[in-house]
Amino acid sequence: MAYALQQLVNGLTLGMIYGLIAVGYTMVYGIIGMINFAHGDVFMIGAFIGIIVLTALTGVTSVPLGLLAALIISAALCGVYGFSIERVAYRPLRGSFRLAPLISAIGMSILLENYVQTSQGALERAIPNLIPGGITLMQQDGFVVQLSWMQLAIVIVTLVVLGIFTYIVTRTPLGRAMRAVEQDAKMAALLGIDTSRTISITFIIGSALAAIAGVMFLLYYGVIDFYIGFNAGIKAFTAAVLGGIGSLPGAVLGGLLIGLIEAFWSGYATVAYKDAAVYSILAIVLMFMPSGLLGRHEVEKV
Amino acid sequence: MTRAVDMLKDAAAVAFFALLIFAPFLGLQLSDNDAGGLSLSARPALLAAAVGLTFLARIAMLLWHQYRPAAPNVHIAAAAQKSGKYIAPALLVFALVMPFLPGLPNAYIDLGVLIMTYVMLGWGLNIVVGLAGLLDLGYVAFYAVGAYSFALLATNFGLGFWECLPLAGILAACWGTFLGFPVLRLRGDYLAIVTLAFGEIIRLIITNWVSLTGGPNGITDIPRPTLFGLKFSMAGGPGTFAGFFGLDPHPSQRITFLYYIILALALLTNWVTMRLRRQPLGRAWEALREDETACRSLGINVRNTKLTAFAIGAMFGGFAGCFFAARDGFISPDSFTFMESATVLAIVVLGGAGSQLGVVLAACVMIGVPAMLQSLQIYRMLIFGAALVVIMVVKPRGFISTRRPTVALRKAKEIGAELIAQGRG
Repeated sequence: MAYALQQLVNGLTLGMIYGLIAVGYTMVYGIIGMINFAHGDVFMIGAFIGIIVLTALTGVTSVPLGLLAALIISAALCGVYGFSIERVAYRPLRGSFRLAPLISAIGMSILLENYVQTSQGALERAIPNLIPGGITLMQQDGFVVQLSWMQLAIVIVTLVVLGIFTYIVTRTPLGRAMRAVEQDAKMAALLGIDTSRTISITFIIGSALAAIAGVMFLLYYGVIDFYIGFNAGIKAFTAAVLGGIGSLPGAVLGGLLIGLIEAFWSGYATVAYKDAAVYSILAIVLMFMPSGLLGRHEVEKV
Repeated sequence: MTRAVDMLKDAAAVAFFALLIFAPFLGLQLSDNDAGGLSLSARPALLAAAVGLTFLARIAMLLWHQYRPAAPNVHIAAAAQKSGKYIAPALLVFALVMPFLPGLPNAYIDLGVLIMTYVMLGWGLNIVVGLAGLLDLGYVAFYAVGAYSFALLATNFGLGFWECLPLAGILAACWGTFLGFPVLRLRGDYLAIVTLAFGEIIRLIITNWVSLTGGPNGITDIPRPTLFGLKFSMAGGPGTFAGFFGLDPHPSQRITFLYYIILALALLTNWVTMRLRRQPLGRAWEALREDETACRSLGINVRNTKLTAFAIGAMFGGFAGCFFAARDGFISPDSFTFMESATVLAIVVLGGAGSQLGVVLAACVMIGVPAMLQSLQIYRMLIFGAALVVIMVVKPRGFISTRRPTVALRKAKEIGAELIAQGRG
């Protein structure tokens, strides 16, 4: 019981991080119908900018201010990354045949990984736990269920960020434009929405969310390398598919489920196969429930 | 005048973005300090150089767009198409005599073996992606199945390369069918992601099933191929190639032999593909690529057509894997990462999906050029990734994007790239 509760806490924290990345996938897929393969690597870039900012600010400011600075700088710079990636690798290929943007995205992903590897080295980079301590939720047979301050901070930051994001999408003219382009890009353009600008902003927002996820991944695990984007990217994509691709609440729900599955699988089955478990879920969901939990059914027109 | 100012403004804006992008990674460097923590050092010169280069590159690009010579491409394209008839036979002759060119170091024959392996993988994947239009990002799984089948059969049951080659192909084909079943209904990007997941699952199983596969340590002492029982060993003596023919043992004999094996396997792949394209099965593949719904309504069995594409593509991947294990004598899960799948898919797409000659050209460019850049080893993958993006942006349909119809009334004419629907899955 206690063990299960601990896995639940761990899984939810992890799931929050996946959910944030998944939102970026699902937005981009909804709006231009492509899998942004480089999204996981933007997440990795975000984590690296986070570690660089934290290292630069060590001893200069207090920990909460340093974390806030890391989150904001990382989100802002990754927004620039997302914007540039779309401009360089995807926009020229808009309207081209299906394979071209996917290959371009794979190329971009390889490029980003090796850019970080060659510029910062292939070594793992570690930081100490910045928010030590926690609260004990319950104690049973000598097993202590702990909710660390770090986990709590991750959950709170995610909820705040998702709150802001939901407000933007549902309440502002910008969000309305995004939803309009997602539903029907041509019609939105006819009604005077600048489609290209909206797509750019979608990439910026998605990348900023991935960056925040990256910084929190860094805080949670304390160790990153240039390759973390690949696995996290596939898992987040799985989350987006599980929740129903194109659906924003679905992405968060999917992320939480994937986080829970991963935590419980590691806790009760073999840790070695935890990634295989997530990949299998991806395959199973796509086979039997292609529209996911909260997605719309796609009607095939002939 | 204003044009020049606009240009400078544009380039300055791009350079500003480059500054933001490069600042954290090129401008700063993380390193471990003595206290066990991290410290940062600044690299202003590198950052300035990167931003400056971006600025100049942007100006060069804008100038090129403005003063680009007015479309001489038509003639070039026509000329290339005419000479295209001769390129393939010329390449074939070159491939056949390559090992016997005087003064060629062994390293080049080795490189030839490597390129030819990728040509074969490319041709195999071309059946799935280029002909049947099924986007497969997990092709390396079948390569791994072939390699591990041979390695396990050889080390556990003492079978040789030539007995295992067909077995590896058959096993890979079975896996192709087995993994093909679940994804029959999926299209396009979804298919790509699920095949990627399957590829990763197979790699994870190979890595973690230590008692069978040796885990991350891999399998060593895989027997090398023999020529009708003659070994290529450096020891010489009876029972070896050198001993039988009364030659001095030399490493180049083994490498040349390997080269001809993979050349034969690759040509077999090509021959089978070319023949199949003229048969109902191949035509059904191409019809499937163009329009699945139309195929269904015309009574083509979509399920069987897709599964045969997966199975035959996987079979050639299995052959290539078997050869790979025999060539190196050692395999480990590290050789079967997603990067391999991406490389092979990149070769197929860059060549112009569906074009056999395109695959050869793309394999030479994508494998040959990085191998030549040994001095730039650490930048190899960086350049590879950048090249993928650039080539896609410049030529989204690949090197050879025109296509000759398989069936035509009177004379077959080349079809322009824009008319071909490919890879919708």
